[in-house]
Amino acid sequence: ALTPQAHAVEVDYAQVLANTCAGCHGPDGASRGPAAPTIAGMNPEIFIEAMQDYREDKRPGTIMPRIAKGYTDEQIKLMAEYFAKQPFLRFAQPHDAQLAAKGAKLHDRYCEKCHEDGGKASAVAGVLAGQWMPYLHYQLEDYLAEKREYKEKNMKKRLTELVEKEGQQGLEAVLHFYASQK
Amino acid sequence: VGAPSLALGAAKKVVIVGGGTGGATAAHYLRRYDPSIEVTLIEPNKEYYTCFFSNLVIGGLRPLDSIRHTYDGLAKRGVKVVHDTVTAIDGAAKHVVTASGQKFAYDRCIVSPGIELVYGGVEGYSADAEKAIPHAWKAGEQTAILAKQLQEMPDGGLVVMVAPPNPFRCPPGPYERASLIANYLKQHKPKSKLIILDPKEKFSKQGLFTAAWKKHYSGIIERLGPDFAGTKFTVDVKTKTVKCDAGEFKADVLNIIPPQRAGKIAQVASLTDEKGWCPVDQHTFESKLVPGVHVIGDASIAGKMPKSGYAANSQAKVCAMAIALLLNGKDPLKPAYTNTCYSFVAPDQAVSVAAVYELKNGTIEEVAGGLTPADASEAILRREAEYAKSWYNNITADMFG
Ligand SMILES: Cc1cc2nc3c(=O)[nH]c(=O)nc-3n(C[C@H](O)[C@H](O)[C@H](O)COP(=O)(O)OP(=O)(O)OC[C@H]3O[C@@H](n4cnc5c(N)ncnc54)[C@H](O)[C@@H]3O)c2cc1C
Ligand code: HEC
Ligand code: HEC
Repeated sequence: ALTPQAHAVEVDYAQVLANTCAGCHGPDGASRGPAAPTIAGMNPEIFIEAMQDYREDKRPGTIMPRIAKGYTDEQIKLMAEYFAKQPFLRFAQPHDAQLAAKGAKLHDRYCEKCHEDGGKASAVAGVLAGQWMPYLHYQLEDYLAEKREYKEKNMKKRLTELVEKEGQQGLEAVLHFYASQK
Repeated sequence: VGAPSLALGAAKKVVIVGGGTGGATAAHYLRRYDPSIEVTLIEPNKEYYTCFFSNLVIGGLRPLDSIRHTYDGLAKRGVKVVHDTVTAIDGAAKHVVTASGQKFAYDRCIVSPGIELVYGGVEGYSADAEKAIPHAWKAGEQTAILAKQLQEMPDGGLVVMVAPPNPFRCPPGPYERASLIANYLKQHKPKSKLIILDPKEKFSKQGLFTAAWKKHYSGIIERLGPDFAGTKFTVDVKTKTVKCDAGEFKADVLNIIPPQRAGKIAQVASLTDEKGWCPVDQHTFESKLVPGVHVIGDASIAGKMPKSGYAANSQAKVCAMAIALLLNGKDPLKPAYTNTCYSFVAPDQAVSVAAVYELKNGTIEEVAGGLTPADASEAILRREAEYAKSWYNNITADMFG
């Protein structure tokens, strides 16, 4: 028997697992939208928490609670490490430029403290900047309806304040701001 | 599993038969996993129309163009795309032969030919009749014909669908189609009716579909199961009349979805069992009948996985992983498989089924999954419709590179 080509074959078990998600989250976790979230570039700790919460029915979702139940902690960890290394691709999204400008200001006032760098940071939560707008919208609906549990009491305070002071339009504005980011 | 039988320095060659969901995905992922593998994809059509979302086209909710895809992305990834039809696979000589007389040698061959329609399963139906009486179970021209017939039908007309027996491509497909045809009738031809003649006792997502029909299309859809209609259907093509135990139904628009088996080339290449489907090693998808040839997608017998696009896509990635490693003298890794199937029950509402599978004692078994809960609100079904559209965009990006 002979050694074939010098090229190394590049596939490991983490990829085998992660590639099963591509049908809904896009190749390498970069979703083409219009709604399913991009999971590429996600902070691995937050990814693991999200999957475990879905699995244990602690976080609402349309389909993820059914899917997450199929994975062990070890498998989730492997996928978390894989997706964390993939680039968060930003695709153009329809948005209203005026609303986005207003949203930028509201974001600075209410959200930037935790979702730093205009929501591009992924230190405390999934990336917001460039995430698909309907997905973010559903998450905010679920937080406000107390269906998704806040991990940070202060987010509840800030989000409630935003809606009380700026109304539904204020909420729309921050969403348009995230959608506008390139 | 041993070292590959390759000459030193010779390129590793994989030939893929069929550039549909399974074949396109396999080509994409083989090139990712090992770019030194020479991948040739043989497919007669220059454009691929997805069956998924074709029911939305039939229901007048999307243009046909929106489900058309080309092979440019795969060609850019270095896949050799050949437009031809494979007529023979020689498992001993390790090459395939095409209609134009070309021969393509392979180290491993992947076959993903989809289904062949068994027209005779509905007496009187035939390939010659499919322009007058579309099956629309392969997308493209057939989709357009059925959509046009519905548009041209006068209000007050009768649409009849003959559903297929198990197993068949896309178990919820006929019922999603029924929902979207009913929606079209409700919007545009409210005096019309749709009758489904079904040889099956039960069908996929039955509770969710029947609840949606009651809510949205009451008085429009009627389904007659085997207890009433029987399992034997005879069609008179000229008058578009179907005869069964429940009587005679003269249709204005007739959609016959006949019984199915693995795509013709799988039969020709002796890859099928007596029932017409392909037994495979469910880890690598290598045929149990012809070594070196792998069968994925609708044509294969893949344990608990249904015949769906998501399943074909998922199987293709497992198969590509196994082949990339085998051609490099390595053992395949532990596989992972998933399926999801969204079905629209109304233009802005969808339901879903999802499953995660593992290989257990050589068989693909479900380890988690389930349906949209029966008590899900309309708000949730609207979210699922948006996620279904995302699924379409993502899976087609994953197929065509
Ligand atoms: C109405 C409808 C709705 C559906 N909706 C969904 C859905 O929502 N979600 C989902 O997951 N699935 C859905 N499906 C199922 C899905 O389309 C199939 O399961 C999937 O396409 C199977 O992939 P495949 O590769 O096995 O076959 P195909 O995608 O059919 O590809 C087979 C390819 O092989 C080519 N071919 C055949 N013979 C030869 C030959 N001899 N030489 C060369 N090429 C050849 C054909 O031209 C074709 O391009 C739906 C199906 C239908 C009919
Ligand atoms: C059938 C579609 C589908 C599949 C398959 C799927 N997902 Fe999801 N995913 C979704 C949807 C839709 C959401 C939004 C929440 C919901 O409604 O369930 C989501 C949300 C998520 C989130 C939360 C993102 C965030 O910003 O907090 C993570 C993490 C995730 N999915 C990971 C995965 C992984 C890992 C896999 C594969 C093992 C996977 N998903 C497979 C559809 C899918
Ligand atoms: C005190 C910190 C804090 C503040 C302030 C804050 N958030 Fe968050 N946010 C978090 C954390 C932590 C998470 C992730 C953990 C969780 O809730 O699951 C999160 C999650 C989110 C998510 C879900 C992301 C995903 O991928 O699913 C959205 C959307 C969001 N925040 C929007 C906002 C908006 C809009 C504001 C301002 C009105 C805001 N947040 C203010 C801490 C904060």
